[in-house]
Amino acid sequence: MAKYVIKRVLMGIFSMFIVATLTFFIMNLVPGGPFVAEKSISVAAQQALEEKYGLDKPLGVQYLNYMDGLLHGDMGLSLKQRGRTVNQIIADKLPISCQVAGIAVAVALCVGIPLGCLSAYHRGKWADNVIIVFATCGIAIPSFISSVLLLYTFGMNLKLLPTTGLNEPAAYIMPVTALAIYPTAYITRLMRSSLLDVMGQDYMRTARAKGVSSVKILFKHALRNAILPVVTYVGPMLAMLMTGSFVVEKIFTIPGLGRDFVSAINTRDYTMIMGTTILLASLVIIANVIVDILYKVIDPRIKLK
Amino acid sequence: MGHLNKKNPLSLQLNADDFLPASQEEKQSLVIMRDSVNFWKDGLRRLRKNKIAMVSLVVIILIAIFAYVLPAVWPYAYDEQIKYSENLAPFEYGKKELERIEAGEDVFPHILGTDRNGRDFAVRLMMGTRISLSVGLLASVLVLIIGATYGAVSAFAGGWVDLIMMRITDILNTIPDILLIILLGTALKDPLAQLAEQPGFDWMQKLGPNMISIFIIFALLYWVGMARIVRSQVLTLKESEYVTAARALGASNGRIIKRHLLTNCIGTLIVTTTLQIPSSIFTESYLSFLGLGVAAPMPSLGSLATDAVSGMNTYPHRLLAPALMISVMILVFNLLGDGLRDAFDPKLKN
Amino acid sequence: MSEKILDIQQERLSFFTPAGEVKALNGVSFAMNQGDVLGIVGESGSGKSVTAYSIMGLTAYPGKLVGGKVWFNGHQIDEMSEKEFRKIRGNEVSIIFQDPMTSLNPVYTIGNQIVEVILLHTQKTKKEAWARAKELLELVGINEPERRLKQYPHELSGGMRQRVMIAIALACEPKLLIADEPTTALDVTIQAQILELMQDLRKKLGMSIIMITHDLGVVASMCEKIAVMYAGHIVEYGTTDEIFYNPQHEYTKGLINSIPKLNAEEKERLVPIEGTPVDLLNPPAGCPFAPRCKSCMKVCLSKMPPRTELSDTHYTYCWLRQKEEFEKGGKAE
Repeated sequence: MAKYVIKRVLMGIFSMFIVATLTFFIMNLVPGGPFVAEKSISVAAQQALEEKYGLDKPLGVQYLNYMDGLLHGDMGLSLKQRGRTVNQIIADKLPISCQVAGIAVAVALCVGIPLGCLSAYHRGKWADNVIIVFATCGIAIPSFISSVLLLYTFGMNLKLLPTTGLNEPAAYIMPVTALAIYPTAYITRLMRSSLLDVMGQDYMRTARAKGVSSVKILFKHALRNAILPVVTYVGPMLAMLMTGSFVVEKIFTIPGLGRDFVSAINTRDYTMIMGTTILLASLVIIANVIVDILYKVIDPRIKLK
Repeated sequence: MGHLNKKNPLSLQLNADDFLPASQEEKQSLVIMRDSVNFWKDGLRRLRKNKIAMVSLVVIILIAIFAYVLPAVWPYAYDEQIKYSENLAPFEYGKKELERIEAGEDVFPHILGTDRNGRDFAVRLMMGTRISLSVGLLASVLVLIIGATYGAVSAFAGGWVDLIMMRITDILNTIPDILLIILLGTALKDPLAQLAEQPGFDWMQKLGPNMISIFIIFALLYWVGMARIVRSQVLTLKESEYVTAARALGASNGRIIKRHLLTNCIGTLIVTTTLQIPSSIFTESYLSFLGLGVAAPMPSLGSLATDAVSGMNTYPHRLLAPALMISVMILVFNLLGDGLRDAFDPKLKN
Repeated sequence: MSEKILDIQQERLSFFTPAGEVKALNGVSFAMNQGDVLGIVGESGSGKSVTAYSIMGLTAYPGKLVGGKVWFNGHQIDEMSEKEFRKIRGNEVSIIFQDPMTSLNPVYTIGNQIVEVILLHTQKTKKEAWARAKELLELVGINEPERRLKQYPHELSGGMRQRVMIAIALACEPKLLIADEPTTALDVTIQAQILELMQDLRKKLGMSIIMITHDLGVVASMCEKIAVMYAGHIVEYGTTDEIFYNPQHEYTKGLINSIPKLNAEEKERLVPIEGTPVDLLNPPAGCPFAPRCKSCMKVCLSKMPPRTELSDTHYTYCWLRQKEEFEKGGKAE
């Protein structure tokens, strides 16, 4: 087990290294550097700026400097939010984003799994059909569409819910719903098909032959096996929620990291883009490592590779 | 019945003829063989029986007509700015157009109104659909070609080549793709824009450098899933008895690939490609929504939605129409993909 | 005569599939006394397993009992509710399945799975249940029971897992044990061990056993009575000696002729049964075996043969036996 954990962690670190390197070189594909676009500054000022941010050095040196900083947890200065480091911005904004995304994860799991079970349990009956229709429509609605539609209906037309910020609990409802619809629908489908698959397994027949009640069969014997695909989905779901939160935060004007990231894209704040990308990618990679280890705990059959 | 008969076996009204041997034909007439059907016929029959999939197919055809045929016969062009007809509501006419109507001219109504530049919104929606649909289809074909080739090569080569190729997909898989897309999109914007100014690349200008980077990204990242599916398919098939049998009979590698592997993979390929289309549409509209999509004045469904967000209180239909179109497109392609999977991929069938 | 433990009368069971009604059992009747060992033989799809599962109430989803009565140990099973059924399943009647590799839940330990059934049907405390589980593993001949209890199914070999399945089945000392091809998925040497174990356990515990198999060797060594099934019918029923030395149905004869004999003369060929099993979606009107029968007569194609009693314990459904009686008595009339 320990060997497995170490191996997965090492692989995760390697992936993070690849992401950081890729990010760095992709950003440096851009000819002319980040300050060219700003016509207001003179050539001298531009050079001064580039010197300040170390952009005048050769690419290799810049890369080593950046990686060295990264190793010490320093992601450099923001190019556009003058005087602030990327670390500061992230420390400010990440908790807000995590709150919204975290609630969305909880909602997706707490709604998706029971709905999927219910659907599989009542296969072919009306409850199943209703749930399937919901799930099929749910995976067809991208989060940016659900958020604008929610905003239009409940925020502007009915004026039931606050449309901006996160100042009151009710303000969480719309962004969380918008973010959670897709993963909830996806988990419902995943859970349903996986549970149906498990219910056809021989060991379920054994459990029935033992005289175990159907409720206990579902919860004890089926669920633990059927939940495995959902566990593997958690990593991709986090990645998806994060990218989804970029637009959701923009639409609901939530002061989270996603909004800063989107504006960083528009203003070409390279250090900010790099910092955020590396951070978010790391989060997803860490989540994947944890999920892999969790998978091993739930399913004893997974061999130590 | 047994006991009664035993006591009086003759009550059944039998005669000696009954105990004559039956002929082979008589015996055979009892055996009702069910028709054997081939893979395609059987799959198509199942698909035709699947009402949801058939309805989805019809909707897809309608959307395709809407996107590819209708703009050609529409009286307005997508980039045609009509003066004095800005921000019209559906079926409303602009000042100049009203004058023309009074003069006895026929003016085609703006079914979905116009945008703030006086462009007919209905035709912009059609063009947006065309862009989104094209991106979805092209990206899926791209993914199919790259993914299938990569997966097949990996599976055929085996050994350390396979190991390295699969490690690469493992790492690509752990990287959140949308982040990289955004990154590449931002980075490639300028170089591609410069390239587009070179002679011979003006088609790029029309489409916009972002579109090109979207395709580059699809080509770079999105084939991973396809590659894995194809690899595992080829690996299973390679081990299967009928391929061994074909090899034992002296079939060449090319023939084995063509006759056995391809025909057996094709179901999975069709299904995976179909299910790739909605996810490509999804990504494209997301990026366009973020402003990383097609270049103006070319519309895409995502950019139409972004443009409408600021004025959604006054002109909700401009938001609802592209939003609905994206969702319906993703929905029908998903449903068709599910139907195809049920019909053509027996391994995934219940 | 000892107490009747199982009595099945004219049981009919169908699977309602999208393609139509598949008639899996077409009027199956037999009875068993306490302590009997009955073998049910027949080829795949003949209804052996379906019969057994229906006694356990394990008929899978589109399947439904459409007629007949089943009594087991004083319960009328065909009228029992699911809740009542649960009390006897795993308790008074239990089952061993064909494939031990897939019949145990992969995510729970062996001990957990044995204890579950004990706690379900007895008043034992957890501690007592674990002690009993250990005892059971010893009973089925698994060494180091303490360690095995903590292991997961994938850590055990096929033979071991089948022993665990037997331990689960025997946990509550059932009156009737159904063994559904318990050795088919195992190696030949392991097969012999498992059969020996079952013989031993039967002597020790005195339960009745229904042995479902297509392996005539297995029934010959284990069973006292044999029911031969074909296409949802019992075509012949008798003691092991009667079936092996005096088979009366053409299908039984075919089965016995297809066993290789050690003492056979050189160059003697095995005689296979020609043809394929019937399509249960469209069963023939007459004898289901008629299309494959070498001595098929005209009557066989149109009418189901009646029961011919050959002795107190031996009967068959075959027109050839009726023909003999017809020729004996019929000509005089």
